Parts: sequence; structure tokens; C-alpha cells
Amino acid sequence: MIRGPRRWLFELGLGARMSVAGGRAGWFRLGLIAIGVGLGVAVLLGAATVPAAIAASNARTDARAIDNFDEDVVKGDDTLLVSRTGTTFGDYAFSGEMLQAEGSRPPLPPGVTRFPGPGEMVVSPELDRLMREPGNALLRERWDAEVIGVIGDEGLSGPAELFFYLGTDTLSAEDGDPRIEGFGDATIEQDVVPIFVLLTLVGMVVLLIPVMVFMASAVRFGDQSRDRRLAALRLVGADAAMTRRIAAGETLAGAVVGLLIGGLLWVGEILLANRYGTGALSFYLSDLRPVPLLVAVIVVGVPVVAVLVTLSAMRRVVVEPLGVTRMSVTVRRRLWWRLILPLVGLGLLWPLYQGIDGRSDYEAQVVAGMAFLLVGISLLLPWLVEAVVRRLGGGSPAWELAVRRLQFDSGTAVRSVSGIAVSVAGVLAMQGIVTGIESLYNGSGSASAVRYGMEILPGTDLPERTWTAALDSTPGVLEYQTVRMVRAGDDATLRIGSCPVLQQFARLGECRDGDVFALDGAAPGATYTLGESGSSWTSPATTRVVDSKSDVPASGATVLVTPSAISGVAVKPDNTYFYVALDPGAPQAVEHLRNTAVGLDLQAYVFSYANSTVRDALAGMRDALLVGSIALLFLIGASMIVNVAEQLRERRKVLAVLVAFGTRRRTLSGSVLYQVAIPVALGMILAVSVGTLLATILMVAVDAPLTVDWFGIGTTSAIAAIVVLGTTAAGLPALWRLTRPGNLRSE
Amino acid sequence: MSVSFALLGLLESGPRHGYDLKRSYDEAFGRDRALHYGQVYSTMARLLKNGLVEVESEPGDGPDRKRYAITDAGITDVAEWISRPEQPEPYLQSTLYTKVVLALMTGRDATEVLDTQRAEHLRLMRALTKRKNDGDLADELICDHALFHLEADLRWLELTAARLDRLAAQVRP
Amino acid sequence: MADQPLLTADDVHLSFGETRALQGASLHVYGGEVLALMGPSGSGKSTLLHCLAGILTPESGSIRYGDRDMATMSDSDRSTLRRGEFGFVFQFGQLVPELTCQENVALPLRLAGAGRREAHRQAASWLDRLEVPDVAAKRPGQVSGGQGQRVAVARALVTRPKVIFADEPTGALDSLNGELVMKLFIAAAKETGAAVVLVTHEPRVAAYSDREAVVRDGRVREQEPAR
Repeated sequence: MIRGPRRWLFELGLGARMSVAGGRAGWFRLGLIAIGVGLGVAVLLGAATVPAAIAASNARTDARAIDNFDEDVVKGDDTLLVSRTGTTFGDYAFSGEMLQAEGSRPPLPPGVTRFPGPGEMVVSPELDRLMREPGNALLRERWDAEVIGVIGDEGLSGPAELFFYLGTDTLSAEDGDPRIEGFGDATIEQDVVPIFVLLTLVGMVVLLIPVMVFMASAVRFGDQSRDRRLAALRLVGADAAMTRRIAAGETLAGAVVGLLIGGLLWVGEILLANRYGTGALSFYLSDLRPVPLLVAVIVVGVPVVAVLVTLSAMRRVVVEPLGVTRMSVTVRRRLWWRLILPLVGLGLLWPLYQGIDGRSDYEAQVVAGMAFLLVGISLLLPWLVEAVVRRLGGGSPAWELAVRRLQFDSGTAVRSVSGIAVSVAGVLAMQGIVTGIESLYNGSGSASAVRYGMEILPGTDLPERTWTAALDSTPGVLEYQTVRMVRAGDDATLRIGSCPVLQQFARLGECRDGDVFALDGAAPGATYTLGESGSSWTSPATTRVVDSKSDVPASGATVLVTPSAISGVAVKPDNTYFYVALDPGAPQAVEHLRNTAVGLDLQAYVFSYANSTVRDALAGMRDALLVGSIALLFLIGASMIVNVAEQLRERRKVLAVLVAFGTRRRTLSGSVLYQVAIPVALGMILAVSVGTLLATILMVAVDAPLTVDWFGIGTTSAIAAIVVLGTTAAGLPALWRLTRPGNLRSE
Repeated sequence: MSVSFALLGLLESGPRHGYDLKRSYDEAFGRDRALHYGQVYSTMARLLKNGLVEVESEPGDGPDRKRYAITDAGITDVAEWISRPEQPEPYLQSTLYTKVVLALMTGRDATEVLDTQRAEHLRLMRALTKRKNDGDLADELICDHALFHLEADLRWLELTAARLDRLAAQVRP
Repeated sequence: MADQPLLTADDVHLSFGETRALQGASLHVYGGEVLALMGPSGSGKSTLLHCLAGILTPESGSIRYGDRDMATMSDSDRSTLRRGEFGFVFQFGQLVPELTCQENVALPLRLAGAGRREAHRQAASWLDRLEVPDVAAKRPGQVSGGQGQRVAVARALVTRPKVIFADEPTGALDSLNGELVMKLFIAAAKETGAAVVLVTHEPRVAAYSDREAVVRDGRVREQEPAR
């Protein structure tokens, strides 16, 4: 008799062999477990890779960063003046540094071998490629400079970064352009918009949690037939502990194969990320090394957790030599402890209600809060299904059969559905926040299409006339308006412009030259001290208080002034903005306008109301999430098919008897449909509630207007319905097969 | 009773001497209780008297070398006996067994024998079941005793029926 | 006993792959009688029962119920027939595990379109008739084998069928429980006038029949009905 570890190994191995001994069904089950675990592992490995990749990328951007705040650098042979610049071309956004050497030995930025003089530039490979594309003549003309080199890998955040260094002689320290004697900054520049950080984290949580739930249910696929096999082993003398080890062996086989699959998927992931990553999310292959500690945790943790899930599932099952007894009867699920996690989650998220501005320690809290809330769904759902199903009754025989089945054992159905519920809630939260931010950046719809679609915010003080002359000669410009901004201390901002352009900021109603409008807290009859000129001006009593349009982010109390209303006062504007209407028939007009702007003022910011890269990025993120969730939903659908088929197989005798009694197939298939639909519907209700709540909190956190994401609710509900119908339809062949007349015979 | 029919039946396959008859009987039926030679002669004498057998004397032989042959009346008698179900009662096997083997030896339908017997058994069992269900506990206990014995017989019948082919191969070499 | 048989099998043949289950089986079932189908295991008695009940369709030969030939009926017509005219009792595992016993008994009525309340009322009265009123609210898993079979009998009788097909109804019970189930079953069937086709290998169970038929090698040796 073998003893100790060898014996254990034998038993684990026996379990592994048994997991595929069931012929096609066995392989199918093992395959599902492996795919389920594999997907989980792939996502986990991805999550373990992202921090390392971002760190590697950040290390390079830190090495080329500009230390803006070191004012002690004195002009020398080895100093240079710099200024950040950026522009957009089509859907691409570029950023770069203007460099101006002050001596003969200027420091070289990382990855650059030759310093660009005035009229010369060094570009990233991706930008180089873009500029060489035949259709991008306007991009080549944008900077009046010759490309003298390509930036090496060590000077870029990633292979797809669009970055450049532009040599110039227009900078001056007196104007505040920073002087440096070397690249690199110890104080890390916080470049990323907090919203994006938040969204990325939320997205990861949203994808991770359902994957975890799915993994947990995946290792329990087909556990009823496994229990029957184990009962047969008990009959020939295996003791209870041995059966548990054999079951663990079965799960372990699936988990190990799953690890391999997960590893392969991860390789695919990083190849895709390397190939298709854009902007801030592009990485060199060498960056994509997961954190070793996390990898170790995954490789060891996943099989261990899989085995623990199996063993905890078997805790409620007594495998006896003559069969399997479930101890699930009469244990009514309790609510109170299931509420703890979601309530803790809400508690953690609550501070977000005050907004996240000026706080930097919110990430962990948000992620934990969301995770608790989402995991809470998978805890609440079993209780909810049980509580609701217990009260259901009546109805047709099909309904009654389904409801009674669920009352009898809702655990199996709920396990699959909780994955759906969690991911739907996550998608809704994500969709909700994306929709909210979209409306923040984009107005509430096309109804308020703006007349002047482009806005130029100059970065240097050029005469207004220079700009207007340049705009006059830019092809595709239909008309433009000038708006002068004057700050009245800390109290308010005056925007001086003609009626048509002021209409863009608020719902003015009637507007004639000479009118004044107050919005966002400004009041009629107030006296303002106007900026540098020091002159004062009082808004007339006829000033009308109006509502601002949400198109433009609010910027405190604002007074909109038509030129005649302030004609007598000496005004020296703090800024002069140009609002430009482009010819919608000339698609290249926007690029011509950007070329004009860059030609005059490299630091000018050209803002487009129509095309927001922020919005595009958000939409892309949402789409990715939606696609991921749909894939997940279908996978969960597949697991539900397994459950349905297994449950039907287990009940073949009863089914055959029901058919003998003359039960219509319609009744039987109806009961299968209800059995799948009831838990999914309840899961969706819970998911939509929690998801919307979560979205609300997140929208408040980023100060986005509150909206209910009917599109997301509709889409996910439709998908859930498809999953229900698909699962039922896929279960029907098994039903027909099992209710074939011959089946009564096989006793 | 069954011994005389058995001997009579054995003669159906052809005339035999008394001693051959004893040997054939012992082979086929006499597992535990071999037939005494005297028993053969007394039985034959009775059958002879009733006209069911006749004696073929072989010239030159002694009186103990008589050959017996079955008469037509004898054949009818055997047929009637075999096809007649026995009164169901405990310890019937030896008679039933004799009937079945004889039926096989003589080319009669042994299955028919068993089925007829089954019907008879069931008839009695039905009556007992009815009495049991209509009567008091004493009736029930008494009837159950009889029913269990009858059931055992019936099971034996079924088992025998299932093994008829093998039995036929043995008794009809 | 009626002169015309209620159910007739005539020269029925049926094979499962290589196995020839029925090879020219003929049988008559008369209204109100209890007919025991006996025979060794594998003789085809269950297959014959399934053919008679319209669950299996013979390859050749006919099954007639009254003046209708079941071979020419559609699957759904046969289902309707089974729902309305036939009842079934099997050896075990026939009750829907998650329904209560009362719901199990009410199920055939509900399937035939009866209202819930009425179906439950009748179910309760049948449970009463079979002396298991106290299992009404329990699930099949919570009652004993004998009680479960009595529930199954109640379910077979609740639609007041013309024929009840019982396939080894006491096969999983000890003799005392088996006797009790048979006694109540046959008495109730007689009361409703239902014919019973009883497949059994137990002589004591067969003793509850009015006559027997023996199935052997796919053929039937049928005892003449008593006149």
C-alpha cells in the first residue's frame, strides 16, 4: 500500500484522468473549465502586465521630462530654452517640445542624436511614417521644418507615440519659457487626466470581477456528473477524503490547462497591444513583462483557488457509495451578511459624491468600492433569486415546473447568472460614466450644434490683425468672430464679442449690439475692475440673467458683453480668442486652419467642438468594454448550456415519464426557457439597479450631468435576452434526445 | 402416482425390459431415490392389468426378460397426465420436473406444460389473494404462507422455462 | 367483461438495433380488467407495454385503441390520447422531484388544461383515497418509497383514465409495502373502471390480476379472458 504524498499524487492523477474519462462530455467539460480559467488567467496576466508596462513607459517619459520649476538655471553654453507644443491632425494628436539652444553644447534629449536647429525637427518613427503618407501633405506643411532624424526607442513612451522635437529661435526666457541644462525630472509630471485614470481602473475592475465570478463557476461545470462518478468510487472503497482529493485532481487538471491557455491568450494580448496600441497605450514588447511577483501569485493562486472552490462546493454534498445527497435543502439564504460587502462598497464610494478634484488618493478607494459593490451583486443575487422565486407560484404547468425547480435548487442557475449580472452592472457603470462625460465634452446632442465649430486660443501675444489677416487667407474659413476675455479680478470674466458668437455661450434669446448678459452667478448692476488696464465698468441694470449652455465647461461668473455696451471703456484684453466657422463642404479646412495657427503661433491651441479626441477615446474605451462584455456574456451563455444539458440529463427519467403522460414538448421547452429566463431577468434587474447607481456616483464624482444610460440598459438587456433564448435553444436538442420514446427503456 | 406415469412415459420412446426401465428412470428422475427393482415390476403389473402396457415376450428368454411396450391407451393416458396441471401445492417440483422432462423426451411442448402450470398456480394465488384481502389478519397470515410457497414454485417454473433448451439438450442426446 | 377489446396489439414487431424486442406479439386488453404481463427479463414485456401505450411505434403490426390505429396517429395526437385516456405507474423515480406530492398528482390534470384549484382539490382527494393525505405538501425526496408509489398511483388515476399502464410498480418496494400499494391500486382501478396492464415478474403481484399473458422471446402467450 502506498502512503503519504505518493498516494495523494496518485489520487490527484486519478481525478485528472477521470475528468476526461467521460468521453466527449468529459472533454467538453474539461474544455469549458480550461477556457473559463484561461480567460481569467489571461485577464489577470494582462492586469499584472499593465503596471509594469506603464512603469517602463513612464520611466522613459520621465527621462525626457522638462523641469519647469527650476528657475536657478543660468544661461550657459549648455542650456536651452524649451516650450511644450501640440497639434492635431485628423484623429491624431501630437505633442512635442520646441527646443532653442543657447550655446554650442545643448543637451540632447533621450533618443536624439543630432540637435535640431531652427527650421529642423526630429520626429518619432510613427509620426515620420504619418508624414510620409501621400495623403498627408497638409501635415508635412504644418511645421515649416526639415526632418533631420528619428527619435530612438529610449526617448519615446511607446512605438506608436506621436512626438517630435522642433528646433526654433522664437523662445525667450523673459516670456517665461523654461530654461534647462538637461532632460529628465525627478518630480514626476502628472500628465494623465484623472478621469482617464479612474476610467481605466473602473474598466479593469469591471472586466476582472465577472471573470473571477466566471472562473469560480467554471470550475464547477458538470460537478453533478462528477459527483456521480465519485459515488461509484466510494462504492469500491474510496473514503470521503480520497474522493475530495480526486475531485481536486479533476479541477486541477482543468486549472492547469487553463493556465496554459491563459498564457497563450496573454501572449496574443501583448502582441495585439504592441501591434495596435496607440497613443499613451502603446508599448514596446520589452515593456510588456508582467510583474514577476504577480505572475507567481497567479500561477500558484489560480489552481489553489480553483481547488478551494471545488472543495467548498463539495462541502454541501455528501458523496455516499450509493449516490449523492445534497444538503442544500431548507438552508434558507440570509440577507444580512450579503449586504455587508455592497454597503462597505457604497461607503467607500460615498466620498466621491463631493467630487474628486484636488485629491490624489482616491484610486484605491474607488477601485475597492467598485469591487465590493460588484462582488456584492454576486452575493446578493442568490438571495434575491431565492426570495423572489419563493414567492412565485401559480401559472401554467411549464411555469410551475420551472419555478419549483428553481425553488428546489437555484444555486446552479444563479452561479452562471451572477457572472452576467456583475459584468452588466459594470458595463452600465462604465457606459453611464462615458455617456456622462460625453455630454460634458460634447453638449447634450446635435440639437445645439454650434455655429462656430473651431476655437483658436493663441499662446503668444500677436497683434489681433495678424491673426485676422491669416484667417482671411485660410482656405475653408467661412467666417470668424473675435472674443476678448477680460478678467475682473477674481470676481468674474467678461467676454466681449458680437451677438452671434455670444449665442454660443448661453441661451440669449433676443440679442442686439449694446446688450449685456449675466450667467453662472454674475448679477446685473455689478461694478468690475477690468484686468491690467485698471479701468472699471458697471454692468447696466438692463443686464439679463441667462442660462449657460453646457457645451462649454463652466468657468465661474461670466458676463457676456456686446461691443457697444463697453465702447466707452479702455479695455486691454487678457486673451483674445478666435471663433471660426469652417466650410462643411471642405473636409481639409480644419487642417488648413491648424496649419495657419501653427504657422503663426506654435503654442496656440486649436479647439474643435465637433471633434473631441477625449470623446473618441472614451467611446473607444466603452466599445472595447462592450465587446469584452458581450464575449463574456456569450461565454457565460455557453456555461449555462452545459448546466441546462446536465440538469436535463440528470432528470431523463422524469422527463421520459412526463412524456409518457402526454406532456407536450412545448410545456417542457417552456419550462426550460422559464428556468433560464427567471434568474437572468432577476440578475438583470439587480445589475441595472446597481449599475445605474454606480454610474450615478461616478458621474457625480467627475461632475458630469446625470443621465440614465438607456442605450446601455437596452443593449445589455437585449444581449441577456439573446443569451436566454440561445441557451434555451441550445438546450432543446438535448431535451428532444432525452425525451425520445426509447428512453423509458433504459432503466 | 408419478412413478407409474414416468415409467409409462419412458416406454413411449420404445419397448424396454424391466431392468432397462429402472436404469432409464434412475438416470432421468432418480437423483436421490433410485427405484427398487420390485417397484418396477409391481407398477408394470398394475399397468398391464389396466391395459396401458403390453408384454412382448422374446422367445427363449426367462420371465425376468420381459419387454414392455406402451399401448395406445397408455399413450393417451400419459398425454393427459402431462398436460393436466397439478394441484398447486408445496414440494411439487419432483412431479413437475418429471412432466417437463418427459415432455421433452417425448417431443411434447414443455413450455406449454409450464405455462399451464403457471396459470393454475396463479389461479390459486388469485383466490388466496382475494381471501387475504377480504379476510382478517389470521387469514392474511395463512394465505401469505401459501402464497410465498406458491410464488417459489412459480419462480422455479419460470427458471425452468428459461432453461428448457439446455434441459432438452441433456435429456435428448 | 366487455366483448370488444379496448386495446389490441396485432402481430407487432419492433427491434432496437440488432436486438429484436417484439417478434409478432399480439395481445388484447379488455375494459376494466387487470392484465398481468409476465415473462423473463428481456422478453419484451416493457417494450410491449410502451407500444400499447403509444410511446413506441411498432415497425409492423398494429396497435388499436377502440377503433383507432395508433400507428397512423401523429405524435401529438398520441400525446393527447395519453394525457386523456391513459395513466402510468413506473418502478421509481417518476415523480418530479421539485414539485410537492400534491402538485405531482395534479400535474396530469394541469397538463390537460384544468385549473390549478380544481386540480389540487382532486389531487388531494386521490391522495386521501390512497391513504397518504399527509404527504401532500412534501416533496418526493421526503417521503418513503411506498408512499411515493402511492402518490404515483394517485397521479395515474387522477385523470380517470381508461387504461393504466404499470411497469413493475412494486419493483423497488419490500413485500409488505408492495402488497399495500397493489391492494390500494387495484381497488381504486376497479372502482374507476380503469383497465390495468401490469408488467411484473413477481407472482404475488401478478396474483392481483384477473388474467395473465406471458411474453417470451417477443411473442405473447395470452390466457383467454374468463367469461
